[in-house]
Amino acid sequence: MQVITYREALNQALSEEMERDERVFLCGEEVAEYDGAYKVSQGLLKKFGPKRVIDTPISETGFTGLGIGAAMYGLRPVVEFMTWSFSLVCYDQIINNAAQVRYMSGGQFSVPIVFRGSSGGGLQVGATHSHTPENWYANVPALTVITPAFPDDAKGLLKSAIRSNNPVCFIENEKLYGYKDEVPEGEHLIPIGKGKIRRAGNDVTIISNSGSTHRALAAAKLLAEDNIDAEVIDLRTIKPLDFDLIAESVVKTNRVVIVEENKPYAGWGAQVTYEIQKLLFDHLDAPVNRITSLDVPQPYNGKLEQSVLPNEERIIAGVRETLA
Amino acid sequence: MPTADKATKKGPSLSNSSILPPLDPQGKLQLYRQMLLIRRFEEKAAQAFQQAKIKGFCHLYIGQEAVAVGTISTLTAEDAVITAYRDHGHALARGMDANSCMAELFGKITGCSRGKGGSMHFFSAEKHFYGGHGIVGGQSALGIGLAFGQKYLNTGRVTICYLGDGAINQGAFHESLNIAALWKLPIIYVIENNGYAMGTSVSRSSAGDPLVKRADGYDMAGIIADGMDIDDVRAKTAEAVNLARTESLPTLMEIRTYRYRGHSMSDPGNYRTREEIEKYKKFDPILLYRTRLLDDKVTTDNALEAIDKEVTAEAQAAYDFADKSEEPAFETVYEDIFSPEDQIDEIPRRNLPL
Repeated sequence: MQVITYREALNQALSEEMERDERVFLCGEEVAEYDGAYKVSQGLLKKFGPKRVIDTPISETGFTGLGIGAAMYGLRPVVEFMTWSFSLVCYDQIINNAAQVRYMSGGQFSVPIVFRGSSGGGLQVGATHSHTPENWYANVPALTVITPAFPDDAKGLLKSAIRSNNPVCFIENEKLYGYKDEVPEGEHLIPIGKGKIRRAGNDVTIISNSGSTHRALAAAKLLAEDNIDAEVIDLRTIKPLDFDLIAESVVKTNRVVIVEENKPYAGWGAQVTYEIQKLLFDHLDAPVNRITSLDVPQPYNGKLEQSVLPNEERIIAGVRETLA
Repeated sequence: MPTADKATKKGPSLSNSSILPPLDPQGKLQLYRQMLLIRRFEEKAAQAFQQAKIKGFCHLYIGQEAVAVGTISTLTAEDAVITAYRDHGHALARGMDANSCMAELFGKITGCSRGKGGSMHFFSAEKHFYGGHGIVGGQSALGIGLAFGQKYLNTGRVTICYLGDGAINQGAFHESLNIAALWKLPIIYVIENNGYAMGTSVSRSSAGDPLVKRADGYDMAGIIADGMDIDDVRAKTAEAVNLARTESLPTLMEIRTYRYRGHSMSDPGNYRTREEIEKYKKFDPILLYRTRLLDDKVTTDNALEAIDKEVTAEAQAAYDFADKSEEPAFETVYEDIFSPEDQIDEIPRRNLPL
């Protein structure tokens, strides 16, 4: 099997889907001639031409609205945000238009669109460029929110997202673009709304997503040296949530630690915690623990930023607290 | 009375001679009928609002009828129309059924958006009417998307995107004009300048006069029309539509009009005088057209009265239809959120909260 980066996996997904369906086009800042700010779209202009790989002005509201209108007209746009932090500029288009038009029109119009781009902290780019907005968008009915952690999921989920007839927020992680792993060649679809156990274990269930899955796995490895056997679930899709997979694991381990890069207040882990206590109360031997980013804006300083993120030390401490 | 100025200098030039074929008497009466239907429909809506049969917001189009009817009359049935929240007139001018429009205002299941949209969110896929949008200026970005789709798919169709004078100060509008001009999209932006951004007059909210000058910065054609005169609206719009259709170039139009009613039904109207409203009523677009039809001997007083009776009955019938229609059943609250999937497995959705 090919071993490629998360970035290349996304590129393959885009390329294959554009080849498969002429209605698919990519637009965003620097996606064409610059080959993508993070090189996700590398080579696509050459392959598909300027009609389908389109550099936009720095106008998130304009090109996002354009994508939504084009989707209403029957095209299948992929709109790239250089970073999801910039999607704040076009919150109105995503929420009021992409996510409401079908409902408000009584089901007359579909919005088959993928919004995608990088996200997350840890690269010292400061408070404005380090957001992890999955919880913001997951709060909106009608939006599907996907946050892949591994290259195979990045490819398989992006292909599924492009084929979905509904608006999808596809939130990549900037720190993972260079991560290499095995990825199936050619047709490879991962179902939306299904999580995956990335490490099997019996003592505690760690539920995570995106970059936090890698932190959780690293912490689990260290915990194993201490004979603590953690199961790590990568949610992959934040909304809809794969609660069945969570339940199966929690019934087995009876202890839960959630690891998320969202800030704590109303981060996605709050919803997951609610569902676990509501539906699995009798299976819990300890309160659900949440390791989130700290409730502060992202600092620039590297050491400070690492302390703000849900780092391995805090995860390990959280697991020990839950097992105590 | 608002005056029709010449097109602004910059940008592609628009032809001076009218490119519209002359209308036969039947066509002229059809325009009159549509304008009057909108007026009678809106009067009926106002009455229903006062009876609390219509709730929430209700933004009436009375006074502006010549804009929607005039502009849309220059389109084909397959061209796209998108507008803001004051959308009843555009929907009716696009040929949407008065019954389903009124039922939408009443929140009924028979409404054009199944009672989920309300006054601000009329839609009709069949009539290529893309809404009905509630956030000021937001639809201008959707408009370039429709025009992009038309161009991408080589349809030969064009888009008209309406907005109010208040919307031109939103960023979405400027971003959209820039992209429309850069990418040569077949779109006509129509600023319906009715003098007030809600309750704030144009002079207190928009720098630069005329508003259409904003096209200059984007090297886009700009044109002003007299929104009280449907013939002027039609002639000017036809030029812009032609430019979009034949050369795939956008135009910004400023159509000067006036709304007699408040911004919405809850508007106290203390930002303008009674006299101002009465002054404009002398230039009423329906009255003006009526006088012209009679002066030109296109028709007779009796024929016009008959049309009035017809559309008054149509508005009443719409009211009755809406009133008698069923409320949506609770189950419908979970419908129309997601499109069915046909290229991937259905995504397992859950109705929250648990």
